Amino acid sequence: MASSETGAPELLSGWGRTSPTLATVHRPDDLEHIVSRVTAPSPRGLIARGLGRSYGDAAQNAGGDVLSCGNLDAVLAIDVEKGTVTVESGVSLDTLLRVLLPLGWFPMVIPGTSYVTVGGAIASDIHGKFRHGSFADYVDRMRVVTPARGACMLEPEADASTFWATSGGMGLTGVITEATLKLQPVETSRIVSDTERTNDIDDCMARMLDRDHEYRYSVAWIDCLAPAGHLGRAVLARGNHAVLDELPASDRPTARDYAPRTLLGAPPWIPNGLINFLSVRAFNEVWFRKAPRTPQRHVEGIKPFFFPLDGVRDWNRVYGSRGFVQYQFVVPFGAERVVRTALERFHAARLPTFVAVLKRFEHDSRSLIGFPMSGWTLALDIPASPALAPLLDGLDELVVEAGGRVYLTKDSRLRPELLGAMYPRLDDWRTARAAIDPENLLRSDMDRRLDLSGAGRRHA
Amino acid sequence: MKDALGEMQSVLVLGGTSDIALATVRKIVARRGARVVLAARKPEACQPAAAVLRAAGASEVHSVAFDATDFASHEGFVRATFDRFGDFDLVLVAFGVLGDQARAEHDPAAAVEIVQTNFTGAVSVTVPLVTRLRAQGHGTLVLLSSVAGERVRRSNFVYGSSKAGIDGYYQGLAASLASSGVHVMIVRPGFVHTKMTEGLKAAPLSVTPDAVADAVVRGIARGHDVVWVPPAMRYVMAVLRHIPVAVFRRLPLA
Repeated sequence: MASSETGAPELLSGWGRTSPTLATVHRPDDLEHIVSRVTAPSPRGLIARGLGRSYGDAAQNAGGDVLSCGNLDAVLAIDVEKGTVTVESGVSLDTLLRVLLPLGWFPMVIPGTSYVTVGGAIASDIHGKFRHGSFADYVDRMRVVTPARGACMLEPEADASTFWATSGGMGLTGVITEATLKLQPVETSRIVSDTERTNDIDDCMARMLDRDHEYRYSVAWIDCLAPAGHLGRAVLARGNHAVLDELPASDRPTARDYAPRTLLGAPPWIPNGLINFLSVRAFNEVWFRKAPRTPQRHVEGIKPFFFPLDGVRDWNRVYGSRGFVQYQFVVPFGAERVVRTALERFHAARLPTFVAVLKRFEHDSRSLIGFPMSGWTLALDIPASPALAPLLDGLDELVVEAGGRVYLTKDSRLRPELLGAMYPRLDDWRTARAAIDPENLLRSDMDRRLDLSGAGRRHA
Repeated sequence: MKDALGEMQSVLVLGGTSDIALATVRKIVARRGARVVLAARKPEACQPAAAVLRAAGASEVHSVAFDATDFASHEGFVRATFDRFGDFDLVLVAFGVLGDQARAEHDPAAAVEIVQTNFTGAVSVTVPLVTRLRAQGHGTLVLLSSVAGERVRRSNFVYGSSKAGIDGYYQGLAASLASSGVHVMIVRPGFVHTKMTEGLKAAPLSVTPDAVADAVVRGIARGHDVVWVPPAMRYVMAVLRHIPVAVFRRLPLA
């Protein structure tokens, strides 16, 4: 208790393990404690942190306070009439699935890892393989502690500007402490998935456009290092929730079990350079070859379908001490050439890029600085190196010209001057934010780097 | 804030007229533009450097007064500079004098001036700098040291000993700042062609300020503790350091 009151200095970085900075970390366990921190933080401000899965510097605050929300881990209520669940913000999606699946409920939006908190999911307005909405679209209400108003309950219609500034707002409007989420009923914890290989990027996109509508979830895993003539060859994986009848009889007694296992952990120290062009090309080749040559349907669990990397604890450490960058952008339909050009440039640069992820959105995020917009989104991991800067800067230009944007939750290196072009509602967000944090008490390293809040970089 | 790929947004140079510092900052601002504060005894002497940096892409360049041997002013200087300009992603400690070795061997005042600038002055300003960097929880502190301090030679032992002193201070400082969010890096160039060495006979493995700048920028991005320029200098000095005194004294370079 004493330590949670005074806080302890801790070096924090994002999932990419670049740019660590020192902050005083507090672990609040009740609302009162959070209100007292948020309304009177250290001179260098405060930011909330969940499970640290943002890739860059969104949930760190050099020299200031960080509220680590892991103790807010209670599932408060499940309303089976309305199909909603109310949780504290530090509850992870893993916990949520363990509780909900046996009862036959499932969140509307599930990202690529179960190790994110509900608070973080809202603050990033995350998305997943579902194309018609992002996480905040299914939040009925949430409690947020803001510097100017203290704890307040927000609803998407009644408190539109504050609600949609907070969702996707990167933690810079307040600390989310509780949320009520809409759920979907499911008969089983399994996914009926169809897997197929595609020849190249054009083939992949054509197939997605052609038959995505048959599936609730869709994703293409692209081999960025494919041999010439097969640029963007991919494994396309699409699926729907399995109904009971689709399960083999032997599986029916355990139809709603959710039993994910963390198989192994990455060793604590890994040399820089393990991830190189040749090792990654070999890995990608195996990844591609293990997918069936002809389309195949099978029934699989939640974990292998949604969270293939969750099987390796701390997989981010394979990149060594220099860490890595995830580059994720979205461009509107019609700008397919940007996706193609990006793949060509990564290929030409001979960068060791593991399979990239290509998805489609058929909705626009309602969050004022939310990421999803109708179009194509490509995401890939690259080892951090100064030589990467010109390449990514160049791609940013293409993304902006096409009317697209990069994803702040993944970002660790964007040029601040492109922010306004990528997020046309940035000024609306700043106005909404100023109303609840007029003194800029909420600060993060990402805010210092990109000047998201417009508070000015000069004032640390 | 420094980004994931080592791009920096704000730089403070102590020794704003240093050729090596100018070359380094020029490379930094050329990539993303950055706010630069040049500190020197005579701020107006920074004007040519400021013009070069503006042309190279710096978003702002400011010149402020800083006197390395006015120890009493250092705390106030650091406070005023950080209060006015905010966080610094990089602080480059680049001031120093070569001095006149021959004179310094007979004139105590000349010897003391070299040591007070290169060692005492550097220590004196580093103490408050570190307090501010610790408080901001991030940033890189770079010392321009020299191979001259690695094994002090007959030909420039006043300068060499002052560099040995400050280099040692920074080695310990780097250890004390581990896990503070502040990265300390020591740069040990060999002979660099600058106005400080103008007219001197170039030593083997001599380099240009540009080469030092490249190594510094790369070292910052990679988080290195020590950077030798050229890199081969590390091995040359490792050998020289262990040569017996009797032999070392007869070497032409001593």
